Amino acid sequence: MGILVDRHTRVMTQGITGKTAQFHTRACRDYAFGQDAFVAGVNPRRAGEAFDGIPIYATVVEAKTQTGANASVIYVPPAAAAAAIVEAVEAELDLVICITDGIPVRDMIEVREEMRRRQSRTLLVGPNCPGVITPDEIKIGIMPGHIHRRGAVGVVSRSGTLTYEAVAQLTELGIGQSTAVGIGGDPVGGLSHSDVLRLFNDDPLTEAVVMIGEIGGRDEELAAEWAREHMQKPIVGFIAGVTAPPGRRMGHAGAIVSGGQGTAEAKLAVLEACGIRTTRNPSAIGALLREVL
Amino acid sequence: MKIHEYQGKQLLLACGVPVPRGVACRSVAEAIDAAGQLGGSAWVVKAQIHAGGRGKGGGVRIARSIDELSAHAGHLLGMQLVTPQTGPAGQTVRRLLIEELADLRQELYVGLLVERTTRRVCLMAAGEGGMDIEELGARAPDRIHRLHVDPGLGVTDQQADSIACAIGLPTASLPQARALLQGLYRAFWDLDATLLEVNPLVLTGEGGLVALDVKMSFDSNALFRHPDLLALRDPDEEHPAERRASEHGLSYIPLDGNIGCLVNGAGLAMATMDAIKLFGGTPANFLDVGGGATTEKVTEAFRVMLDNPTLRAILVNIFGGIMRCDVIAEGLVTASRAVALDVPLVVRMKGTNEALGGEILQASGLPFIAADTLAEAAEKVVRVAAAT
Repeated sequence: MGILVDRHTRVMTQGITGKTAQFHTRACRDYAFGQDAFVAGVNPRRAGEAFDGIPIYATVVEAKTQTGANASVIYVPPAAAAAAIVEAVEAELDLVICITDGIPVRDMIEVREEMRRRQSRTLLVGPNCPGVITPDEIKIGIMPGHIHRRGAVGVVSRSGTLTYEAVAQLTELGIGQSTAVGIGGDPVGGLSHSDVLRLFNDDPLTEAVVMIGEIGGRDEELAAEWAREHMQKPIVGFIAGVTAPPGRRMGHAGAIVSGGQGTAEAKLAVLEACGIRTTRNPSAIGALLREVL
Repeated sequence: MKIHEYQGKQLLLACGVPVPRGVACRSVAEAIDAAGQLGGSAWVVKAQIHAGGRGKGGGVRIARSIDELSAHAGHLLGMQLVTPQTGPAGQTVRRLLIEELADLRQELYVGLLVERTTRRVCLMAAGEGGMDIEELGARAPDRIHRLHVDPGLGVTDQQADSIACAIGLPTASLPQARALLQGLYRAFWDLDATLLEVNPLVLTGEGGLVALDVKMSFDSNALFRHPDLLALRDPDEEHPAERRASEHGLSYIPLDGNIGCLVNGAGLAMATMDAIKLFGGTPANFLDVGGGATTEKVTEAFRVMLDNPTLRAILVNIFGGIMRCDVIAEGLVTASRAVALDVPLVVRMKGTNEALGGEILQASGLPFIAADTLAEAAEKVVRVAAAT
């Protein structure tokens, strides 16, 4: 089990002809059941060709029809990435994981609007994220597979390397992971912390969750408030950026919108008030999780 | 990317938003010239820096004669203007905006930004504007009216009218308010802004609306489709080390501590700073080398950090996920030799081939201090920084 992805997921790579996409598609295929899972690539100008035996199709719909792929991973460059997400949504895939970093915020507002208008059931992870891994089953994204270990702890995070840090700590303590989900750090994206908590709550394999957040926005606060009412499994939290300076800023609008929220201290206070145990020591995330198991 | 007030006003004017007549200038002579062009007998002299709170910092002055104008301009140009938004060092004033004096009956507030929770552009407006708007937001949030704009529709006539009524504009000014609110939204959306703030927006004696002050910043990820905006960039307003770092693909923010940090990934970089603080040290910078910690990038990162005279030690924390630790170690050795590193260096590398990476550092003969966990690294670097 685990959430979102497993050995039965069938994945197409959008933008498969790029160097990064090829490097990571190979690494993903070499991980666990990846050989059977990565079934198609998409690039409108290279249709009919193949990459390492993976057939390339002109469109997402064609790749889906020909191979039965139900998920996609996107490495398309930033200027065209939003259109790639919309194409995958239009093809009604179950899951779209967008790795691309640097997509304009306006494009993502339009993507979300299009998903809302269509009442789309496609789940979007990212953009600007490392991807999703269910250890020993499937890895979709750019995370190093070998630091993971199969187990019962769900991990959800807005950050990339900080997620690897937390996962490595768990693995070193002998604690495996059900699924690790990098939701990405962009202002407008797909699944939120609370969406992922909900999935972990419903997953029979997951026994506890590590939630890793960062300064900015209200996503961690909303997730904590949701968890207080609904979560039946223990959560531990870490928020990066306690020492981040407020820095030079322009205008007041951000401060008015956040109403003093969004700092690491404010987030930690909300998490704790909602029954989530937190640590300020990024080296102690694994150890804290062990305490709640 | 931030721009100056005078540039923001030109952009708004192009979207049909009325702004005071004004001229930007860089010297006292140009300022006097500007006053002549504008005519009248009183002007506003406004320091142009990329930070708000200028009124509170004394960066906005009224001149009622050419002598006063020349004195204000002479005083402001070249000064370090400190405002609640600049930090204690302030920012050097290199440009002024000379404007006609507006006839103001009421000050209002309008701000637009992207709201993460609703995933839409949020337009905020209040019937009172000026310097204490943040305080109003905290004290009486219901007096700030919010509209979450449907990207398919934009700001509709009806929505604009209802916002205008809510902030107490007279019925006679509704047509102007409609044009203004829709113009502001169009400017925000079309130019990929991340912030557009008009504070204050003023209602004039004749019932007109004028954007008296404007702040705009733009999504740097969208600049590829706005070459005209790129031309508005003012490198003078950027920290020289930040600018140099960004030219090499490094994300660098100088801070006031003495421990340099070199980390891959923004989240891990912030967590590393937090760990240093936790053990009683203070970080000298935030520095994210990105996914590929290449020799070239690490060398440049060392150079940028070593330029800081208060630096006492450096902590390198790399999670080698895809990038192998042995490759990173070789890069560290080469970079340390290239820059003649003269402060203690604590290295913590984790991930693929970490043992091999450690051996390379050891064999180099360079005085690296190795650490296994992030906490151990932070503790060690705080200790050596205190000892030097």
